[in-house]
Order: sequence, then C-alpha cells, then structure tokens
Amino acid sequence: MAFPLRRFAPPPPRGEGLLIAAIAFYLFATFTIVPALLVIFARNPVHSVLWLIVAFFNAAGLMLLLGAEFIAMLVVIVYVGAVAVLFLFVVMMLDIDFAQLRSGFTRNLPFGIIIALILLAEMFVAGMGWKAGPALSGRAIPAASQPNIVALGQLLYSRYLFPFEIAGLILLVAMIGAIVLTHRGRRDTRPQKVWKQIARRPEDAIRMTDPGVGEGMKL
Amino acid sequence: MIGLTHYLTVAAVLFTIGVLGIFLNRRNVILMLMAIELILLAVNINLVAFSAYLGDLTGQVLAMFVLTVAAAEAAIGLAILVIFFRRRGSIAVDDVNRMRG
Repeated sequence: MAFPLRRFAPPPPRGEGLLIAAIAFYLFATFTIVPALLVIFARNPVHSVLWLIVAFFNAAGLMLLLGAEFIAMLVVIVYVGAVAVLFLFVVMMLDIDFAQLRSGFTRNLPFGIIIALILLAEMFVAGMGWKAGPALSGRAIPAASQPNIVALGQLLYSRYLFPFEIAGLILLVAMIGAIVLTHRGRRDTRPQKVWKQIARRPEDAIRMTDPGVGEGMKL
Repeated sequence: MIGLTHYLTVAAVLFTIGVLGIFLNRRNVILMLMAIELILLAVNINLVAFSAYLGDLTGQVLAMFVLTVAAAEAAIGLAILVIFFRRRGSIAVDDVNRMRG
C-alpha cells in the first residue's frame, strides 16, 4: 500500500502576512531561547521550572508557525501540563539545599561555555556544508490539502500503527515503573489482609473442649 | 522571509543551551533533567521544521514519539530522584556511585 506524502501546512502568507509571520517568528524564537538560558542560570529551581514553561509555550508557538497545529497543542498539553508540573511537584516536595548544589557552578562555567561554543560552531559548520535538495530549495511551506490533524491521524493509524502502539506501551511501562518505584506502603496502619482471612480454616481457629462441672478449663 | 535555516538555528541554539545546562549543573539532577527536556525540545523543533518544509508528515510523527519518550523519561527520572532523596537526604550526583556499579 502506497502512502502519498501529505501536504498539510497553511498556504504561505504573502505581503503583510509575511511580515507578521516574520515578527511572530522572531518573538517566539527570542522567548524560547532567553527563558531556556534562564532555566540554566536561575538560582531558584522553582524559577527554573517556570522559565521552562515559558520556553515550552513559545516553542509550541514556533511549531504553530510551521503549520504543525497538533504537535504544538501536544507540546502544550504534555510538556506544560504534565512534565513541567511533575518537575514543579518534585522541586517543591523535596527539601533540598539548592545553594549547596550550585557550588561547582562557577568552576564549571568557563569549561562549559567553551564546550557549548565548540558544539554550536560544529553545528553551524555542518549546516553550511549542507546543500538543500530540490524539495527544500523552494524555501516555502507547501500548501495543505487537508487539516493537519486529519492527515496526521490517517498516517498514525496506518503506516505508523505499530510504532504508535509501542509508544503507548512505553507510557504504560513508565507509569507502572514510576508507581512501583515511589510507592510506599504505610507501616502504621493495620489493613485488612484478605488472603489471610480466606486461608483461615475452622480447625486452626476452633478447639473443642469438654470441661467438667465446676472445673473450668485451662487455656 | 523566514526559511528553514531560521528554525534550524533556533533549534541548534536551544540544543547547545541544553548541553551547557548539563555541564554547568553537574550536581543538581533536577536541573540536568530539565536540560535534557530542552535538548529534546530542540530535536522536536528540528523534526517539525523539516517536516513542514519537505511537506512530509513523517517528521511530525517522529516528533510525537520523541514527546512520548520525553514524558516517560521525566516520570521515571523524577521517580528515581524521589526514592534516592528518601534514602540519602540529598540529590547530589556525587553520592550516586554508592552502589559501585
């Protein structure tokens, strides 16, 4: 079965729309990169998480500009709604002296910045050596013939069905793993032990005796 | 005109910031996990940008899988962090080699 490449993006903007798209891009890009830096350099980890949320929102905006509406909404729901809140929970739940954890920060700073600059330069050199193929030489997002989510759904439930189900399995494993790791049975309660109650036999629990009159019995 | 190169530049810078975050916060596992999330976000932006400019949805499907793995990784990582904190009372990475594994 052949699957055609599905065109999904909105028609490329012209004239004024182009300018607005450019302004929106620079806005979203700035508000992705600056909060990402603040995530790393913030003194308080709660602030780090909040900056992470800002970065995620604006990255979703970038994806929206690219015409990937579904992924953008998914980023907001999964990253902001689940992952960032999880981080916030853990940061607030654990009583950690974060100032002490920052002790190596200034010592690592020059080395880290050198590594980061080398990495960035490498990526740019690789990018300059890269030559766009015929599909990319037009440099405009191709127009969509159907809504993004329709096209994505059709692709996901046909060609990528098994990877999709494996993704579900990964989430299940992660869920069970997280529960098993962090679950702590309470020691100070006396819960009902159903298996013990069911396994109890009358001959273990009841003893028949026949005490004489006025003697009583020894237990 | 905003082209593919612009998006790739943003993703490259974001990726570098993530790697820098791992280098700088060598002792704080929570911030390391956040830096990993930033790296995966950069990968996602790359995938979606290529997907849009090639007119091929495969990139977006892959971005969804990356999102899944990122969520699973965050959940497991934070769970490990919580039990580690319960045992040791600290999350300094220097103490993690107690098992001598």
